[in-house]
Amino acid sequence: MTNEHKTEWKAVAARVTGILVILTGVLLAVRVCVASPPGDHPIPSIFEPHSTPAESIRHLSHFVLGITGLIFLVVFSLLSYVVVKFRNRVADSKREPAQVYGSTQIELAWTIIPILIVVVLFLATARVIHAIQDAPEPAEAVEVTAIGHQFWWEFRYPRFGIVTANELHVPVSDPAHPTPTFLKLLSADTDHSFWVPQLAGKTDLIPNHPNETWLDPHEMGLFLGQCAQYCGTQHAKMLLRVYVDTPEDFNSWVRAQQQPANQDEKQAAGRHVFETTACLNCHAIGGTNGTGRFGPDLTHLMSRHTLASGAAENTSENLRLWIEKPEAIKPGSLMPAMQLTDADSDALVRYLETLK
Amino acid sequence: MSSDAMAIRTAEASGKPWVETLHEWVTTVDHKRLGILYILYALVFLVIAGLEAIIIRIQLMRPHNDFVSPQVFNRMFTMHGTTMIFFVVIPVLFGFANYLVPLMIGSRDMAFPRLNAFSFWLTALGGFLLYFSFVGGSGLYGAGNAPDVGWWAYAPLTSRAFSPGHSSDYWTVALLVSGFGSIGTAINIIATIISMRCPGMTLSRMPLFAWLNLIMAGMVILAISPLTAAQVMLSVDRYLGGHFFDTQAGGSATLWMHFFWIFGHPEVYVLVIPAFAFASEIIPVFSRKPIFGYPVMVGATASIGFLSLSVWAHHMFTIGMNSYANSFFAITTFAVGVPTGIKIFNWLGTMWGGRIQFKTPMLFCIAFLFQFLIAGLTGIMLGTAPFNWQLSGSYFVVAHFHYVIVGGILFALFAAFYYWYPKITGRMFNETLGKLHFWLFLIGFHLTFDVMHFPGILGMPRRIYTYEPGRGWDTLNFLVTIGAFVQGIAILVFVVNLIVSYFRGAKAGNDPWDAWTLEWSTSSPPPTYNFASVPTVASRRPLWDRKHPEDPDSRYE
Amino acid sequence: MASLIFAESAIFTIFVVAYLFYVGKSLTGPTPREVLETPIFYTICLLSSSLTIHFASRSLERGNRAVFLGLWFLTIVLGGLFLFGTGQEWHRLIYEHGLTISTNLFGTTYYSLVGLHATHVTLGLLMLGIVLLFGLAGRVGREQSARVDVLAMYWHFVDAVWVVVFTVVYVLGR
Repeated sequence: MTNEHKTEWKAVAARVTGILVILTGVLLAVRVCVASPPGDHPIPSIFEPHSTPAESIRHLSHFVLGITGLIFLVVFSLLSYVVVKFRNRVADSKREPAQVYGSTQIELAWTIIPILIVVVLFLATARVIHAIQDAPEPAEAVEVTAIGHQFWWEFRYPRFGIVTANELHVPVSDPAHPTPTFLKLLSADTDHSFWVPQLAGKTDLIPNHPNETWLDPHEMGLFLGQCAQYCGTQHAKMLLRVYVDTPEDFNSWVRAQQQPANQDEKQAAGRHVFETTACLNCHAIGGTNGTGRFGPDLTHLMSRHTLASGAAENTSENLRLWIEKPEAIKPGSLMPAMQLTDADSDALVRYLETLK
Repeated sequence: MSSDAMAIRTAEASGKPWVETLHEWVTTVDHKRLGILYILYALVFLVIAGLEAIIIRIQLMRPHNDFVSPQVFNRMFTMHGTTMIFFVVIPVLFGFANYLVPLMIGSRDMAFPRLNAFSFWLTALGGFLLYFSFVGGSGLYGAGNAPDVGWWAYAPLTSRAFSPGHSSDYWTVALLVSGFGSIGTAINIIATIISMRCPGMTLSRMPLFAWLNLIMAGMVILAISPLTAAQVMLSVDRYLGGHFFDTQAGGSATLWMHFFWIFGHPEVYVLVIPAFAFASEIIPVFSRKPIFGYPVMVGATASIGFLSLSVWAHHMFTIGMNSYANSFFAITTFAVGVPTGIKIFNWLGTMWGGRIQFKTPMLFCIAFLFQFLIAGLTGIMLGTAPFNWQLSGSYFVVAHFHYVIVGGILFALFAAFYYWYPKITGRMFNETLGKLHFWLFLIGFHLTFDVMHFPGILGMPRRIYTYEPGRGWDTLNFLVTIGAFVQGIAILVFVVNLIVSYFRGAKAGNDPWDAWTLEWSTSSPPPTYNFASVPTVASRRPLWDRKHPEDPDSRYE
Repeated sequence: MASLIFAESAIFTIFVVAYLFYVGKSLTGPTPREVLETPIFYTICLLSSSLTIHFASRSLERGNRAVFLGLWFLTIVLGGLFLFGTGQEWHRLIYEHGLTISTNLFGTTYYSLVGLHATHVTLGLLMLGIVLLFGLAGRVGREQSARVDVLAMYWHFVDAVWVVVFTVVYVLGR
């Protein structure tokens, strides 16, 4: 084979490699989109929605992927054909091919068709934009105010009078009698973004610019997400956990959160540590002097599965580590190392562990 | 053959002190030398920013990795983005424009040679300032280092409260300074093209390269200024107690976003239009046919320029604009895809019926077509606002824009390097190394950026220094990192080729590719004065007319 | 120069947009209505300087150096008066009303926009001054009239920007 031929076939090989890579990619995508068992949603895929906004988006995305896929196939086939059919053959490399300067009809055709495609895409898109953004809030909706902080989430339920952090509980929504959750999104400092892919598209939390989003999960379980707008050093560990409960479980959770803080006399020493150190500048615990709002409300700390906005599991060791050396769990977070004595640390942790 | 390169070698042979050569280069106002300076400058920063990318990828290779701290990681992605856009792609494109535009229009130099030099040194100063931040960013508070606020520097993260120290100021000042340099070069390009074309070269007989750089320069004039204004406002906030973006005083964080993206979106078209220019010169030559539909190519690019000024908020679909605004920006984004698609068809039309030679520049152009097509299509996906609510801020977007910038622009740039290297240096590059570079880079590119779409689809946001295991992101990230290393090796092969061919490449002669625009009519490298006598042209392909006097283009235009 | 004017227009447009966006949004402090006084006299000075520079350029084209120099000098005086007026207004705003760039949104946007314009006037005056010096040294004749025209274009631009700033700040913004 001459060098010219080798190069030609190499170019063809390039095209084939391209197809294979794309195909592999598609297969990868299919593999990762396989449904997980119910109740367990460890993979936050946008193609596995369980709530109306996310489902509308997936539906629209199928349409868009179909159109773009078709365009790709057409153009790719043209490119492959051209590269193979019109490659220079040694025999006629001395003559120049016909010098064609353009063709009005062809150029008109490949202008008009894309414009039509654009119109169709736009109509489909505008419909979904309105459906999601302008959806009216029904009376039965659960209302949550989410406030973004560096680097944790504050959740307030104004109608229930409760405040919690990082782990959002919402009731499952029956399509026949929807009970969606409508969230008002605010920020206490920089920009953040609320993103739980399987429940809704993301919406930003911007200071001095209240936003709104909503979700109506159709399936129970834990859904994962995290902050999606760079907000500083620990943006990566501003994780979200959304617990979709049955209506009964949700109501019991609300009632539990509405209870005042557990007052265990045996832990008075620990409570004393909390009330006489800088802890209460940032944290609130119902029934104590602590009314700080810079950090999460700790009244029902033990009702949460994680600490530090999902950065660590809520265990005794982690709790102690978080208080003594936050750098070890979330370097750059705004929780300071509290410099307590061992005795004080012990007492404090034991006290905090009673805050169910 | 008289030439700068040859002059250097003979001078060295005859003992001209290197200080004198250095002085010549530092004080040059010759567009060819400034072009080379821009290109070399960009190559140095390409390697530096590439290393920053490698650091990012090593850190993300597996979950909960601790290769670098979060603080360092955040500086890495900020510097990588800022460097690549402002100190790699812009300078290298200005470098090629500087070198080639006067040659292609038959003029002796740019309209304002001293402004040209001034603009280059301003850009150079900007790059130096940005990197000085690693050392000097601490300021009074001992906090801060290199900027770590992302290359968009969103407010209020950049306010004094959240970015103490001077790191954000280095970002601001470096870009302000190089922005003035960019405006200077843009003014120069416009003035040169408008007033210095050789006799017979009407605007409609200009090479597409000149047309597209004219449009690019016009966009620079309109697009860089909003960034300059916004940066002045940011500095007023940070130093004079202003409240432009101070949300505590009623200021607006979204105002920064609007101003930034009014710059940011046209900016990426500024980056891609010269890449289109490269393709529009190289594909015809290696297909042995003229560009298909020259007037439409010009018109389409001009429309892209105009339309790109209306799409900026497609970077802001998630900030809570109302549904009418979101719909508006969705349709303008779709609309700008139409002229872009037309161009791809025109390139295909050029190749159709041709006799395609698969030399290295053409290989890169074919890959450019394939990859730019995909990049455009993922762009359409991102323009679909609701789909964008899932995909933005995730690795899908990172994959998309790297597909455009690396798969599109960088591939076209490599084509340009290989195509014009003989003209600039007088030597042919090594074709084997060139093909090795192509294949390695192609494989590495696809391994990294094809795979990268999927973590985004699976919910992985961008700008995170680590991630949780078990979300389906682990293996994908690992593969992406491997691809990055393969690309790094390919770049090394490229740099080696550049150097080796300079000393050992075959002599190129005036016109090694049998091409048709004016730069191939003079020697390689060209003499300082470019043309011994001012050329006259009668068509778009003056050298075709000379080589085929029996069938000149002028008969058909 | 046309390209430079486009670029500068884009910068001014952004500042004007910011000004208009924040009209009425200050949380505290003096409002435009309370403290602004319309600078009619100094505006007339600046706008007439466009006329004088126009006639100066025409005179130079005809080779009439003396008239050119006189009108050029007048342009500089008028421009200088405008700057003086701006300075006076700022002095009043700062010391009598306590309005600074950091007081509130109005202060920030006002001083930035008017200040940006005043900076361009100052730079213009510097360039006009250099030409005056060259002119007095006898170096500016009919052959330089094209270059003088380019500078005059810049000066007209600065005046046109003032028309916009004036409308936005003293008419619309109140």
